[in-house]
Amino acid sequence: MRHLLSTLDLTRDDAIAILDVAEDMADVANREVRKLPTLRGKTVVNLFFEDSTRTRISFEAAAKRLSADVINFSAKGSSVSKGESLKDTAQTLAAMGADAVVIRHGASGAPSVLAQSGWIDAAIVNAGDGTHEHPTQALLDAFTIRRRIHGTAARGKALDGVRVTIVGDILHSRVARSNVWLLTTLGAEVELVAPATLVPIGIGSWPVTVGYDLDAAIAGKPDVVMMLRIQAERMHAAFFPNAREYSRQWGLDDERLAVLPAGSLVMHPGPMNRGLEISAKAADSAQSTVLEQVANGVSVRMAVLYLVLSGERQVSS
Amino acid sequence: MTARSVLQQADITRALTRISHEILESNRGSSDLVLLGIPTRGVVLAERIGAILDGIEPGTGTVGSLDVTMYRDDLDRNPTRAPARTRIPDGGIDGKTVVLVDDVLYSGRTIRAALDAINDLGRPRVVRLAVLVDRGHRELPIRADFVGKNLPTSTSERINVRLAETDGADEVTIL
Repeated sequence: MRHLLSTLDLTRDDAIAILDVAEDMADVANREVRKLPTLRGKTVVNLFFEDSTRTRISFEAAAKRLSADVINFSAKGSSVSKGESLKDTAQTLAAMGADAVVIRHGASGAPSVLAQSGWIDAAIVNAGDGTHEHPTQALLDAFTIRRRIHGTAARGKALDGVRVTIVGDILHSRVARSNVWLLTTLGAEVELVAPATLVPIGIGSWPVTVGYDLDAAIAGKPDVVMMLRIQAERMHAAFFPNAREYSRQWGLDDERLAVLPAGSLVMHPGPMNRGLEISAKAADSAQSTVLEQVANGVSVRMAVLYLVLSGERQVSS
Repeated sequence: MTARSVLQQADITRALTRISHEILESNRGSSDLVLLGIPTRGVVLAERIGAILDGIEPGTGTVGSLDVTMYRDDLDRNPTRAPARTRIPDGGIDGKTVVLVDDVLYSGRTIRAALDAINDLGRPRVVRLAVLVDRGHRELPIRADFVGKNLPTSTSERINVRLAETDGADEVTIL
């Protein structure tokens, strides 16, 4: 694997292979020495143009567990705030000898620009670009679902027949997009539930069913309910009247949690707005996988960094 | 070029039985013995040796697997390898006699990686090495304690180990 830019271009075998490597990486977390020497001497740059805590520290922990050197670059307080272009930033990182660049950018497609531009030879890992994709989040969600369903026998398995309901701001959510492509590639059935104003145009061509009523979706007993964060920073118009109304219609509150089958998983990519899209009881219930998702995120990102940074490198002339 | 068969099923079984006895002899019994196979075929061989040990002294064949992919020194030179599973038996390896088991000993680099991997998992009392075939051409100061068969080879030859569990039949051939 040269780069990881999206889950749309991952084949089923690729996706299962990444999840299987992540299983091996997860075993490392239980050992006495939680570190592998695999990426010794490699430099991973976390290039974050948007705020992030968990994704950045998750990538940082993953790179450090593989013994890579990590350089954190956030746009705030950097030369980007002085007007440096992506090209110049990339070339600067290339000159410093970055082997992999983990990039989060507000513009959809920025990681693919970096991968195809020739400005930098490093492996590019998309850590969220605009409203386009967030592939490692989808991979860790799939990994979490697979582990909950299959336990220690998860290796080699896909998610055939698993019914996943994704609820919330589909329009702005890169997590939803990456999950739709990845989960359906792995054989899951995905239903999206959202206010009509937060459903993107052209959703008819997605391999999903779309609903507008969360109670109806929960009555269908899905195996997984994934709540998306209401992204206040991307709400530039009045998509719903107010937060209380959203919460009543599309939030996973205590009553809806009681209707949900006990075996169904409650997922949230974080950070959570408790009391808005998810109630505190739902977030802290035994069905909730929120903290598992964070722990699994490190394993999945270790797998991705290993796969993009190992193997023969094409010599660029 | 045709493959030349050098070990058949009966030879492999005999070699593993002898290795099992040698392991018990050098360890003065079977106390604190842990067999760690190196995937893929080393694990199969470790399980077979474990079964033979169990037959000689019941309850002694503690077997695990040790994946060395993440410790290799040639990750940059070859296509990406998928790691295999590391399974350490309950009780760990601290203070134990660990016997590494692999199919072919060649450059010694796999064993170097295995020693590093063991280092991160605990501190065994001793580490020994058992291999089915030693083909020479060492690149590191490493030797096997228990050898099924020494096969002098040239570097252009290929040793192919096939085992019933992974390849359908037991045979070692030179190509």
